Amino acid sequence: MKHNQPVYTDNDPQSELVTLNLGPTHPATHGVFQNVLQLDGERIVSGVSTIGYIHRAFEKIAEHRPFYQITPLTDRLNYCSSPINNMGWHMTVEKLLNIQIPKRVDYLRVIVMELSRIADHIICNTIIAQDTGATTTFLYLFQYREHIYEIFEEICGARLTTNIGRIGGLERDFNDIAFAKINKFLKEFPVALKEFEGLLNRNRIFIDRTAGVAEVTQENALSFGWTGPLLRSTGVDYDVRVSEPYSSYQDFDFEIPVGTSGDIYDRYLVRNEEMWQSVNIIQQAMEKLKAEPKGIFHADVPEFYLPGKEEVYNNMEALIYHFKIVMGEIDAPKAEVYHAVEGGNGELGFYLINDGGRTPYRLHFRRPSFINYSMFAKMSEGMLLSDAIINMSSMNIIAGELDA
Amino acid sequence: MAKATNTEVIDLLGEKFGEQLFDVTEPYGLLTFSTTKDKIVEVLSFLKENAKINFNFLTDITAVHYPEQGKIAVVYHLHSMVSGIRTRVKVFIDENEPTIPTASALWNSANWMERETYDFFGVKFEGHPDLRRILNMDDLGVHPMLKQYPLEDPNRVDKKDEYFGR
Repeated sequence: MKHNQPVYTDNDPQSELVTLNLGPTHPATHGVFQNVLQLDGERIVSGVSTIGYIHRAFEKIAEHRPFYQITPLTDRLNYCSSPINNMGWHMTVEKLLNIQIPKRVDYLRVIVMELSRIADHIICNTIIAQDTGATTTFLYLFQYREHIYEIFEEICGARLTTNIGRIGGLERDFNDIAFAKINKFLKEFPVALKEFEGLLNRNRIFIDRTAGVAEVTQENALSFGWTGPLLRSTGVDYDVRVSEPYSSYQDFDFEIPVGTSGDIYDRYLVRNEEMWQSVNIIQQAMEKLKAEPKGIFHADVPEFYLPGKEEVYNNMEALIYHFKIVMGEIDAPKAEVYHAVEGGNGELGFYLINDGGRTPYRLHFRRPSFINYSMFAKMSEGMLLSDAIINMSSMNIIAGELDA
Repeated sequence: MAKATNTEVIDLLGEKFGEQLFDVTEPYGLLTFSTTKDKIVEVLSFLKENAKINFNFLTDITAVHYPEQGKIAVVYHLHSMVSGIRTRVKVFIDENEPTIPTASALWNSANWMERETYDFFGVKFEGHPDLRRILNMDDLGVHPMLKQYPLEDPNRVDKKDEYFGR
């Protein structure tokens, strides 16, 4: 089959099967990807996934950009939780450069990352609800994603593609309004989430549509490289935050929820519980911040940390460092490093090879959506078309991360 | 199950493969070594099946092009979830004859990762069930991540690297 070309039903009167082009722009698939399905009535016989519709060659571009200019590229991977990608990239470079980050910065980063994890899970779970017909729940919870974006706006000025932080820390401290908004969110969101769960968790229609649908065994999940909530819903308690703690996650007390059967209902429950855990982590981080010295928002590494504009204009040292960083005169070690963070969809890895030049020699993103999605066509075989749609929603495939 | 360490892993591998493993390093604590094209599947399946080290999870497959050496390095990242350690296996292959046996019989996830690597580097994975391009269009004609292909039209005069200090 040729790429980019729709497949038409051959109108063979002997054939009982119908060919359906689900996508590339189908309102039921939340993103730009195509599945050519052979249908026997409502049941899928076989499917072929075609991806790459929004491929933007980020890995090639990254080979021509200095480190600090790669952050905006990572924004556009999983654009539902950009801050996690940003932080993951900054931490990769910090690992390469052996930069020690102060605890306060770690905690601020944890707050941002957990907020974006909640935003990511809100999208996935409300969309599952929406696709099973529960529009009310979708509207109830989705507004809290809006409140999270307002917090991001207060922290960095942007909402969706955030570009939060710099190599070595954050670009500015959280202001009082940001803290007030986080506190307000921590007070209001649990109420809404409780209501959301009350509407869905024991809802007969919702359970009938999701429980026992698209079950996945642990062996299959591991073999297909699943990570994140999808893998955990099959009962494997793998979470990068716990197995290889980064950004001081070892200081926090939280649980990894796991499911049993890996069906859509379990994925939904795992994501819901993770939102509770994230709220818990943010609360702990807010407590811990009180004990940390105020005003620290970056590590003291002037040769790598891009200084603020007002300092560049008024301070000679800052101007020199700014010039050196922008013109690529910093010495980064010739080395290769792999760093993974727990993204909204699973293990988001950065494989960076540096040859001492101004730009990475090679940068590869291990994108969980791409690897999780490879099972979709295989899973759909024998499934009802309407179940395959919810299955896709519950895998939370973000087209930006799928295609890079 | 007992947790394995990098030293144990490399001892076990050395016992089994000896001279077939070389360039053993540990950058940032991640065990890295190279092997040959003929041995790669054997090495990967040993890492996967051995009950003591149990690298059950294939994290990633990708490639790196080194035009000065005329080589393409195919890089595998494996993860042992039981021991909580990772390892990186590299195979350097000739850029003019980029073939390597597939790992898709060991892990299903290797299927798309190898398709991606083929798409961008032209590495032909022998025995792969469905080796097609995945992100680029079929009639692209080149494998764009190879270093000889520039990012932008080289005839443009306004975007020369030298004007940007790169």
